[in-house]
Amino acid sequence: MDILIISFSNSDYDRAAQGVAGAGRNLATVLGGRLRAVVIGPGNAAMNSRLAAVADEVIVADQAELAEYQPEIFLQALTSICRDAAPAAVLFGNDTYSQELAPRLAHRLSGSAAGDGIELAVDNGAIRVRRSVYGGKAVATIELKRSPAVLWLRARAFEPAPEKDSATAAITRPAVDLSMRAPTQIIERKSEGAGEARLEDARVIISGGRGLGGPEPFADLQDVAGLIGAQLAASRAACDSGWCPPSWQVGQTGKKVAPGLYIAVAIRGASQHMAGISDARVIAAINIDADAPIFKHCRFGIVEDYKNVIPLLKEKLAALQR
Amino acid sequence: MNIIVCLKQILDPEVPARDFRIDAEKKEAVRGTANLVTNIFCENALETALQLREKTGGRITALVFAPESGEDALRKALAMKADEAVLVINDGHPHPDPLAVAHVLAAAISKIGVFDLVMVGRESGDWGVGQTGGLLAEELGVPCISFVDNLENGTDGLIVTRQTDNGWEKARSTTPLVVTITNNEYNVPRIPKTRDIMMSARQPITRLTLDEIGVDAASIRAGGNYYEIVDISIPVKEVTCEFVTGDSLDERVDQFAKRIIEVTQAL
Ligand SMILES: Cc1cc2nc3c(=O)[nH]c(=O)nc-3n(C[C@H](O)[C@H](O)[C@H](O)COP(=O)(O)OP(=O)(O)OC[C@H]3O[C@@H](n4cnc5c(N)ncnc54)[C@H](O)[C@@H]3O)c2cc1C
Repeated sequence: MDILIISFSNSDYDRAAQGVAGAGRNLATVLGGRLRAVVIGPGNAAMNSRLAAVADEVIVADQAELAEYQPEIFLQALTSICRDAAPAAVLFGNDTYSQELAPRLAHRLSGSAAGDGIELAVDNGAIRVRRSVYGGKAVATIELKRSPAVLWLRARAFEPAPEKDSATAAITRPAVDLSMRAPTQIIERKSEGAGEARLEDARVIISGGRGLGGPEPFADLQDVAGLIGAQLAASRAACDSGWCPPSWQVGQTGKKVAPGLYIAVAIRGASQHMAGISDARVIAAINIDADAPIFKHCRFGIVEDYKNVIPLLKEKLAALQR
Repeated sequence: MNIIVCLKQILDPEVPARDFRIDAEKKEAVRGTANLVTNIFCENALETALQLREKTGGRITALVFAPESGEDALRKALAMKADEAVLVINDGHPHPDPLAVAHVLAAAISKIGVFDLVMVGRESGDWGVGQTGGLLAEELGVPCISFVDNLENGTDGLIVTRQTDNGWEKARSTTPLVVTITNNEYNVPRIPKTRDIMMSARQPITRLTLDEIGVDAASIRAGGNYYEIVDISIPVKEVTCEFVTGDSLDERVDQFAKRIIEVTQAL
């Protein structure tokens, strides 16, 4: 049985797409099927040929109607492609569009969906996915009962797929009827922090929580970040307070990040926050409360009011960097 | 504008990790002393609905699929000033799968009648499945927009703002429509007034059985048609935190800075 992996052409063959391909390749090997890559969105020849070196076939959906993401039209296109391909599984990353489309696609294909997978397995022919539940306090294994299994994956948790030296897979462009009148239409798009590296790919992150007490301290954190090449992030409480944009939120319902170092400033360490940083290599914290749960996850920490720490820390880091 | 807000009642997700236990047999969390609360994103949805009603007028129906305990979630919704409350009684499966839930909600919504907008939370604080909205839209045969944090009435249709990975998008949509709601600084759920809490205790709640909405109760009770929880466990992750030491704050921060440099240089 074949495995389909879905990539959006506007995000290139990034680390997330590579992880999805890696998961797909493993599953295809276990199930003895082909790995077929679907690239949907505006034409992206570089991405098509990258995937042609990874997958056994590349299915390109780049009609004019797909030049910009529109949920109803993209869903229509994917439904049509998946119906024809009749795969055992359809794999997505865990970006906004994937999460939006996967459950609906599963419904249209009479399959089953599950999301935020961190591991895949096959048991007696049935596809199983591991994911964290209860706000990161537990991990569950879920067996999909209908076929296809439509899964969105915490893509960076999976090793990239091996690449061949040359792009040998056939590239096909199936005819898809998209002459529908979409009842919803995205009419305006805005990306914040354009040009900045993605938080998911950051090597060092410095993150602020409710204990900062307002938006201004984020400027001080920015100074520290500048000294060590870090990117800024925040807890939900800080985002909900309007101190920083929602796209900075890290956690179960924010970004899932995997930096080498994550510095949590005035963040308690609620399980839902920790669910977003379980792949961080080293966690450090500045917190006024020695009993804050964050310290249970830290390699090192300092118990102190952040107001006393940050100015000194700036000085020290600047001196050490010289 | 007729708005239906679906609310899920869950085990309080604020239970600290150290008090959290699993029942391996039932494959779910042990209730212990934890309260049942309304899922936060469902409250964000209700708050967003209340603000929309302030701008456009209309009626808000709060809809809960739960055992009898679900009444508490509806009382709170009424106290927040939802107009009507409907409880579809779940007398069977402790945690029905998302397709079963969507199927039940769709049947209940058809029974309630006309609607322009259905609002649900983006995911729940217990299982965090994140599929109810999408599956519900398919069951109802209407479009869906996810991760929405604001809605306004436009000249031709609703103007819906939603969060994306690195910013936001605005969509124009006809109704009926399903949206899944995420949090932002403006839809933090309001705290109901004491007077409204007292009034809500006397307001009527419509109770519906699965039979009454034409859903096969046996199949909901049996469950497991969509997916099955095979196992659940609490991951162990032991890290010992080294607190930086030193006689003065200066020394401690110096230690802290050195550790940071050590780690970043090894990356
Ligand atoms: C379904 C669901 C999903 C959620 N998703 C997320 C998510 O994705 N991301 C997320 O972050 N949260 C999420 N949450 C919320 C989460 O449960 C916590 O409420 C939130 O993470 C708390 O943020 P915080 O640690 O910044 O604030 P608080 O819990 O208020 O903690 C503030 C911390 O700052 C410390 N502090 C105070 N003053 C100072 C000072 N002067 N100097 C140093 N330290 C100080 C305090 O000791 C405390 O530890 C979710 C919750 C639910 C129910």
